[in-house]
Amino acid sequence: MKKILLTELKLHLREWPALLFVIGLPLGLLLGLGSIPGFGEPDPKTGGESVTTTHLPAMMVILALMTLAFSVLPAVLAAYRERGVLRRMSTTPVHPGKLLTAQLLINLALGVISLFVLVVMGRIVLGITMPKDPLGFVLVFVLGTAALLAMGLVIAAVSRTGKIAQGLGSLIMFPLMFVAGMWIPRELMPSFLRTISDYSVAGPFATALRDTWGGSSPQLLHLIVMVVGLVVFGGLAVRLFRWE
Amino acid sequence: MELIEVDSLHKRYRDHVAVENVSFSVREGEIFGILGPNGAGKTTTVECVSGLRTRDGGEIRVDGIDPQRERDRLREILGAQLQSSMLPDKIKVWEAMDLYASFYPDPADWRELLERVGLWEKRDSLFTALSGGQRQRLSVGLALVGRPKVAVLDELTTGLDPQARRDVWELVEQVRANGVTVLLVTHFMEEAERLCDRVAIVDAGKVAAIDTPDGLIAQVGQEQRVRFRPSMPVDEAQLLALPEVAAIERAGGQLIVSGTGNLAPAVTLALAQQRIVPNDLRIEQATLDDAFLALTGKKLAS
Repeated sequence: MKKILLTELKLHLREWPALLFVIGLPLGLLLGLGSIPGFGEPDPKTGGESVTTTHLPAMMVILALMTLAFSVLPAVLAAYRERGVLRRMSTTPVHPGKLLTAQLLINLALGVISLFVLVVMGRIVLGITMPKDPLGFVLVFVLGTAALLAMGLVIAAVSRTGKIAQGLGSLIMFPLMFVAGMWIPRELMPSFLRTISDYSVAGPFATALRDTWGGSSPQLLHLIVMVVGLVVFGGLAVRLFRWE
Repeated sequence: MELIEVDSLHKRYRDHVAVENVSFSVREGEIFGILGPNGAGKTTTVECVSGLRTRDGGEIRVDGIDPQRERDRLREILGAQLQSSMLPDKIKVWEAMDLYASFYPDPADWRELLERVGLWEKRDSLFTALSGGQRQRLSVGLALVGRPKVAVLDELTTGLDPQARRDVWELVEQVRANGVTVLLVTHFMEEAERLCDRVAIVDAGKVAAIDTPDGLIAQVGQEQRVRFRPSMPVDEAQLLALPEVAAIERAGGQLIVSGTGNLAPAVTLALAQQRIVPNDLRIEQATLDDAFLALTGKKLAS
C-alpha cells in the first residue's frame, strides 16, 4: 500500500498543472480579491461581516475541494478504468480497490494542504482570523470533503472515459459552486435559492465552514444533509463502480 | 503434465453466447495458441482462465486451482498481459515494474527482468514516451514479475510493425525457455505458426480443431504446387508419369504442377532431363491459412 501511495503521489505531482488549480488558483483568488479595497470593510448587508472574514476564505476552500472532487478524482479514476489500469491490477494479488483508496487519500491530503496554505497565507497577508471553533471546523471539513469525494466517485463510476468524467464533473461543479455562494453570498440569495442551497451538500458544507470559522455552531440541518450526502453518494458509488 | 485444463466452458453475455462448449488442455512448458477471428470468444475464454470473468458452465483448472473459487491463489501463479491495457501516461518504466513487483509475495528481480525484456535502457522513460513494441514488452515484463507458472498473453502484437512484432516473438520464446507455460491469444496466422507448439482454432465460440500447426496443415491435405515458366515447351506426359505429380495446369506462359510428396525435386529433375530450365520457380504448400479456411470456412484477415 505504501508503494501504491508513493507512486500515485508522484503521478499527481507530475500532473502539476492540475495542482496549480487546486492550490494556486484559490490562493491567488483569496489574496487578489482579499486585497481589493472595501472587501475588508464590514458590510451591513451580510450582518456586519466583511467579505474577507469568513465568506471569501471559505469559498476558496470549497473551490479547491470541488476541483479535487469533481475534476481531478473522477478524471483520474475513469481514465484508469478506460485504459485498463484497474483491470491489469485485478490480475495481480492486490485488489484495484487499493488504488482507489490511495487516490482518495491523496485527494484528501491535497485538500488539507490547500486548506493549510489558504489559512496560513490568508492570515499572514490579509490578517484573516483562524477558525474560531477549530474542532467543529475540522469535523465539518472532513465530513464535507468526504461527501464531495463520494459525489466525485459516482461521477467516475458512470463515466466511460476520462474525458466524459471531466465534462460531467464541470457540468455538476459549476451549479454547485453557484448555490454554495461562490458568486452571490448566501445572505444575499433570494429565499428559494437559499432553500436549494441548504440541500445541495455543497451549500451546507460552505455555510458550516463559515459558521465554524466565525465561531458559531454549524446548523443541524447542514450536518444532516452532509451525512446523508456522504451515505447516499458513497453507497451509489459502491454499487455503480466497475473495475472494467 | 497438464497445467491448464478447460472442460466444456460456457459463457453467455446478455445478447449472445460468447463461448460454447470449449475444451482444451495445455501442457506444462508449452506455448499454446488460441487462434481465431475477432469476436470468436478467444478473449472471453482466457479471461475465464485468468479468473477475470465468471463462467456460466464447465470446469477450469490451472495447476489444480479453480480460477473462480480460488482467485487469490490463482493470482500468485498466473500473470496476464491483457488486450490493450495501458498504464498511466506519466509513470516511469522502473516505477511500474517496482510497483507491480511489490504486489507479489516472492517477486522476480525487476531490474533483471527489465534487462530481459530489453527495456533496461528505457527504465527512466515515461510510459507515454514508449513505442508500441516497448509498451508490449513492458506489459510482458509486468506479467512475469510475480514469477508466474503460467503467462496469459492476449493479442500481444496487434498494432505493431513487423520488426517490433519479431522482437516480441523472440521475447515470448525466451519466456518459455525460462520454464513458463504460455497461453497465447492471437488472430495472426504467422504468429501462431512461428510460436505455438499447439493451436486451438476457435470460431464463433467453438473449438474447430486442436493440433500442432503442422498437424493442422496436414489435416487439410498435403497437396503442394510447383509453378514455373519453362524455357522451352514441356513434354507434359513425361511429367504426368511421375508418381508425385497429380495434375498440370497452364496459366499463360506458366505451368502449375500439383501433387504430393517430394514434388519439387522430382519435377525439376525431370525438367533437367528434358534440358528445360524452370524460370521463376515457386513452390506453394498449404499454410495454416489454408487449414483455417478449410476448418472454419472463413478467411482470417490479417
